[in-house]
Parts: sequence; C-alpha cells; structure tokens
Amino acid sequence: MAADAHHTHAHAPGSGHGPEHGSELSEMQLRVRALESILTEKGYVDPAALDGIVEACETKIGPHNGARIVARAWADPDFKRRLLEDATAAANALGFVSPVGAHLTAVENTPQTHHMVVCTLCSCYPWEVLGLPPVWYKSAPYRSRAVIDPKGVLAEFGVRLPPETAIRVWDSTAETRFLVVPMRPSGTDGWSEEQLARLVTRDSMVGTGLAKSPAEIRPEARR
Amino acid sequence: MSNTVHDMGGMHGFGPVVAEAHEPPFHEAWEGRVLAMQRAMGYTRLWTIDGGRASIESLPPVTYLAASYYEKWFLGLEKRCVAHGLVGEDEIAAGRALRPGVRLNRKLTAEDVPLTTMRDDFARPAVAPARFRPGDQVRTRNLNPLTHTRLPRYARDKRGVVEAVRGCHVFPDSAATGAGDDPQWLYTVVFSARELWGEAADPTLKVSIEAFEPYLTAA
Repeated sequence: MAADAHHTHAHAPGSGHGPEHGSELSEMQLRVRALESILTEKGYVDPAALDGIVEACETKIGPHNGARIVARAWADPDFKRRLLEDATAAANALGFVSPVGAHLTAVENTPQTHHMVVCTLCSCYPWEVLGLPPVWYKSAPYRSRAVIDPKGVLAEFGVRLPPETAIRVWDSTAETRFLVVPMRPSGTDGWSEEQLARLVTRDSMVGTGLAKSPAEIRPEARR
Repeated sequence: MSNTVHDMGGMHGFGPVVAEAHEPPFHEAWEGRVLAMQRAMGYTRLWTIDGGRASIESLPPVTYLAASYYEKWFLGLEKRCVAHGLVGEDEIAAGRALRPGVRLNRKLTAEDVPLTTMRDDFARPAVAPARFRPGDQVRTRNLNPLTHTRLPRYARDKRGVVEAVRGCHVFPDSAATGAGDDPQWLYTVVFSARELWGEAADPTLKVSIEAFEPYLTAA
C-alpha cells in the first residue's frame, strides 16, 4: 500500500488538498469560514459547541475505545457474550468518555468466518468506538469493491486468509453499526487487558486487518 | 435520486484501495468545522440524516466523484441551509448574515456536546408486527425511485435470507422526502455472492445489507 491518502480521492478543480494547492485550499477555507459566520450570526450554531465537537473527534472518540472493548472481550468470556448480544449496552457499561449510540452490533471473527464492514452508499461507521472513518473507508475503491471482491481488497491490506475461511461482508445500509471482534493472537495467554488492547488495530475492527501478533509490537509494550 | 454514482457497490474501475499510515482525524482545520456544523445543524432536527444524505447524493455526478469527502458535506450543508430558508443565496454570496435568523426548535450548546451521542437513535415504536423472522427466505424488490433509498442497486431483485430483526426504525425513503418517520421494521438480509454477482463469484462469500421491510417480499 502506498502511504499517502492524498491520492485516494480525486479533487474537484479549484478544491485541492495539500500544500501544492495552497491558494485553492484557502478558497475552501474561506467558504467554510463564511458559512460558519453566517450560521453563527443568525443564531443557528454556537461556535463553542462546534469547538467541542471538533475536540471530541480529535481526542475522545477513536479506535482506542474499540480496542478496549475487544481486549475486554478477549479477556472476559462473559463480557464477550454480552457484547455479541447487545454491543451498545455492553460498551456503555464500560463507561467510555463518549456515549455509544444505539444499535451497535459486534461480530466475531473465527477460523471459519472473517467479517468485514463497508458502507457502499456513503460512510456509515461506528464513530464512538472507532473514531472518524479513514479516507480509504469512504473512498470509491473500497466502497465499490468490498462487496464484490473482498479478497482482493484484503490482499491490498496485506491480509491473506486461509482458504477454508469464508468471508462475510456487512454493508451498513441503515443506522445499525458494526464492530468486528478480531481473533485473539496466539502467545498472549495471561496478558492483561491493557496489554491486549495494544494488539487491536483499527483495521482489525473493520475487518480489513488482523490483530497484531506479540512480535509486531515493541518489546516494552508486551509487558 | 437513488440510481446515482453514490451507489457504488460492485462498480469497477476505481483502482486499488490506498490507505494512509497514521491518518489524522482531519487533514485540514476546515474539515473539522464542516463536520461540527453538520452535526450542530442536524441537532436542530430541521432535516433528517437521510435528508442530509439525499442532498449529497443529488450533487452532480462529476462533483460527487471529484470532491473530497468534507467538500461534499460542505456543499450538501450549504444547499440544505438555502433550501430550508435558513440562509439566503445573497448571504452566501456576501459571506455574512444580511438579516436575522429564523427561530429554531433546538440549538446545540457546548454543554450538550459531551452528553449527546455522535449519532441519533432512529428506532421508533412499531406500528405493526414484523412480517419476517430470522431464517425466512425473502426477495428484495426491484425499486428504482427518483427519490432517496437505502436499497443498493446490487441487492435489488435478489433472493436472500433474513438473519436478524433489528427493530423498527425511521424509514429513510420517507424521511428524506419530508414525509415523516414512517417507521418500518429493519432486517439483516444475507445473500450469497453467487446470487449477487453470478456463478463465477466466490462460493464462500456472503454479503448482507440492512433492509427495511418495504424493500422485501416473501420468497
């Protein structure tokens, strides 16, 4: 995979991203600033509320929340059972900084079935537990191919599943949201939830990746 | 409009999926402001999430494909604010308010932000019993409305199996046109890849959609 998402979505003329389009970028900045001024002056939005939303997106929501849920599920079979029954209730019982919205469903990867989540129509994604969706998740290549060629997509993420593993793709076409519980890596017996959470990547909870193996994280993080 | 370029499942030609390592939540500060304005204006309940989606889906196809994600959100939001009479075209052109705002029923305050979930709850009380149960064979309808729908093209007129009943929810097809919540039962319906994509498809692959009851017939 190339490591630069600035090329994962095409740009409208005059609406560039990145430093090479500096003057065009400021056009977008100006239009957004103008709309915010208008909405504020007309009393529709409170800039402090907007600040709070941006801050929550940058600091509170994110895959660290999902990783804690998965780590708990790996460590506590009773929690895993409750998570697979009603993920919203189970996640809210953990008391996260950002409340988890209704209709979150957790699906468990096994040697028999690998789950993968997409929104072919837009960008539906479990924000509270995974943060904002990455650009690739919202991109035309992922949305078009996840439902017809998931193995090809997985290969681009460096994931090759055993031939006996069936793939199940969840297209998030309503207000239900899906969280994949990846398989627990071997060699992690007796690990604490905090240690386990370090193995849980965002992509492993979307189904485009696997959890890291102990060898893939820094030695100090294994302790 | 439903049969527009936003309905991408199964399309070819968009190339490989390219992921960015260590992607930040926002690449530019204005993207965060667009997201925040979208959420704050959604909180007013002047339109539904599906009204928002419909305004983005009805962008010209070339704009839809060429604009970045938050550019689309911005264009949709600007369009909706004008369409709902909240902001005048002249104010957009002037870049400032030219007259006082209309009265809103709800306004999101900074104190509300930590208490509200990032997503609304779209569940509604059932008005009728669910028609299908897990295990039921169903066929999706062949719908091609000129208005918003959440039944993707690739899953129309296909045989599937109901896997789960997800409760009764706001029906996007009605809500997007301003016809009210019109609550409908929602199901997870699973299809074999061969049903969706033909005999050459991976025999182990299954794909599910979240299907509202009006999308389904008994099979």
